[in-house]
Amino acid sequence: MSFDFLTDENRIFTNLYGQKDRSLKGVKARGHWDGTADILGKGRDWIVQEMKDSGLRGRGGAGFPTGLKWSFMPKESDGRPHYLVVNADESEPGTCKDREIMRHDPHTLIEGCLIASFAMGAHAAYIYIRGEYVREREALQRAIDEAYEDGLIGKNACGSGFDFDCYLSHGAGAYICGEETALIESLEGKKGMPRLKPPFPANVGLYGCPSTVNNVESIAVVPTILRRGAEWFAGFGRERNAGTKVFAISGHVNNPCVVEEAMSIPFRDLIDRHCGGFRGGYENMKAVIPGGSSVPCLTNAQAKDVLMDFDALSELKSGLGTAAVIVMDESTDIIKAIWRLSKFYKHESCGQCTPCREGTGWMMRVMDRLVEGNAAVEEIDMLLEVTKQVEGHTICALGDAAAWPIQGLIRNFRGEIEERIKALDTGRVTAAVAAE
Amino acid sequence: MSTRRLAADRLQPDSFAFSPENAEWVKTQIAKFPEGRQASAVIPLLWRAQEQEGWVTRAAIEETARILDMPTIRVLEVATFYFMFQLEPTGSNAHIQVCGTTPCMLCGAESLVAVCERLIGPAHTVSADGTLSWEEVECLGACANAPMAQIDSWVKGGFHSDYYEDMDEEGFARIVEAFRAGEYPKPGSQKGRFASEPLGNQTALTDDHTESHNAAVATAIAEGASA
Repeated sequence: MSFDFLTDENRIFTNLYGQKDRSLKGVKARGHWDGTADILGKGRDWIVQEMKDSGLRGRGGAGFPTGLKWSFMPKESDGRPHYLVVNADESEPGTCKDREIMRHDPHTLIEGCLIASFAMGAHAAYIYIRGEYVREREALQRAIDEAYEDGLIGKNACGSGFDFDCYLSHGAGAYICGEETALIESLEGKKGMPRLKPPFPANVGLYGCPSTVNNVESIAVVPTILRRGAEWFAGFGRERNAGTKVFAISGHVNNPCVVEEAMSIPFRDLIDRHCGGFRGGYENMKAVIPGGSSVPCLTNAQAKDVLMDFDALSELKSGLGTAAVIVMDESTDIIKAIWRLSKFYKHESCGQCTPCREGTGWMMRVMDRLVEGNAAVEEIDMLLEVTKQVEGHTICALGDAAAWPIQGLIRNFRGEIEERIKALDTGRVTAAVAAE
Repeated sequence: MSTRRLAADRLQPDSFAFSPENAEWVKTQIAKFPEGRQASAVIPLLWRAQEQEGWVTRAAIEETARILDMPTIRVLEVATFYFMFQLEPTGSNAHIQVCGTTPCMLCGAESLVAVCERLIGPAHTVSADGTLSWEEVECLGACANAPMAQIDSWVKGGFHSDYYEDMDEEGFARIVEAFRAGEYPKPGSQKGRFASEPLGNQTALTDDHTESHNAAVATAIAEGASA
């Protein structure tokens, strides 16, 4: 059975590459900001229920159902304001999808902020964008200004009677701020160190007030889902894996790209259709990281028939994550590729929890030696053991994220690590013999 | 994590003040946050100070603390925690940040690092002529356009921060030399892609193309980048 590829009529992001008219007039002509006040008029409960029915799972990596998350917010304010916080700190290696939304389709996000805030009783949303995205920040701010000038947000947003402010702030280069409580800390003007949960942000979040933190894509798809209906969105992808999704494919494909496709698309269909196929054919494919750097890599055999969704990938002990697909061909030194991720996590650990602060450095140093083959075979199991001592023993998931790529490497490419160690050993023996 | 410290005293200027335009802009940033929560503006203010001076000086940290009514140590913590804050002087024309994380590494980032070493010198050190500095940074989130570098520049009478994408060694070397000469080369894909669509054979959103540059490149051109 061939896959039903997504067509432009069903794409939520109608200007993902920015080639079409980016002015507000152009945006409206493509159907955005259409009947927003009517959507709000249907009420909070209807919106939250519709989001639940759509089956949307958070697009920031964890895949938690968005509608359910919204329902955790208090129904009535106890006097404290509610906040929507948008996580635009896209920093997971391989991930470059929110960037395209923010610089080229920013109104989807702003309209989504209005609707989501309304559904949670929030009159203000803060979008926290990573500091490096300077041009994206400028594009998004221009769109926010346009929306204010047009009365779409601000007092009596869209003529709905609801007052809503949307503010853009930014970070300055810290991967950890993509963790929701670290993001809140950073937004409050502190170091981005994650908070212990509970209390959860829905009770005590930004400035101690009820807050929900959602990924950019999760919010930006909301208006279209509500306009076209939960059923329409749920019609894409397998059960529990609903919707369309922006994929980012990097590495050794013929044409790396960012593209919106239907969930549950078979891996090879994604690559063949949008990326011009795999460089040198699939027999030349060595490994795939299917969901951003934090998820374990897959072998050729695992990846080539997998469906790109949450459940199929978790069955393979990997994950869809942010749908950032990093593909590697046979020329790749897979040990070095994963070592570079270890270096990344070591660099980005905030230093708050000892297992992560010390463990990420420790793991990177062992990986340094595995790249050279300068280790004993027993050290592979020792490294695996250390990853398990880090995993699950830290406040946030950065420790887990640092452990998983190494676990995936050892699970899938142990033979290669051992060969390299033996090759160096043999080299040593040969050198010793030669010296005699 | 890394240990980051302020530059040596001999490099630190005696004082810092936001320019009149920036001082006005500072007020708009503070106004984004609820009363009493002005500390939320600390990152934007430090970043603006860096845009103005090229790096974050001790005096800028102290001035930011004063403006936001924060203890200096809290601002110091922020300045040393976030990697984009340059705590040492940078090149007068440009500071180049080559992404070295796996997706870019797979596509040749190491050759870009070699270009920087050859043309500029060691990382985190200003070139002999004072115009350029560079460092390897972690994932910049443009992986479908790898390999790439972010270049912060002070040319054409202003500050700019742009992504140069889809690069090769020779093209990158030309870009580095252009910044040394005070030019502002066109950012974005160096392979002729509009943004992050597949090169050559676009598979989605193929009609009604009316814009001539993507949003990032268009802004840079408006700021004086070559078209």
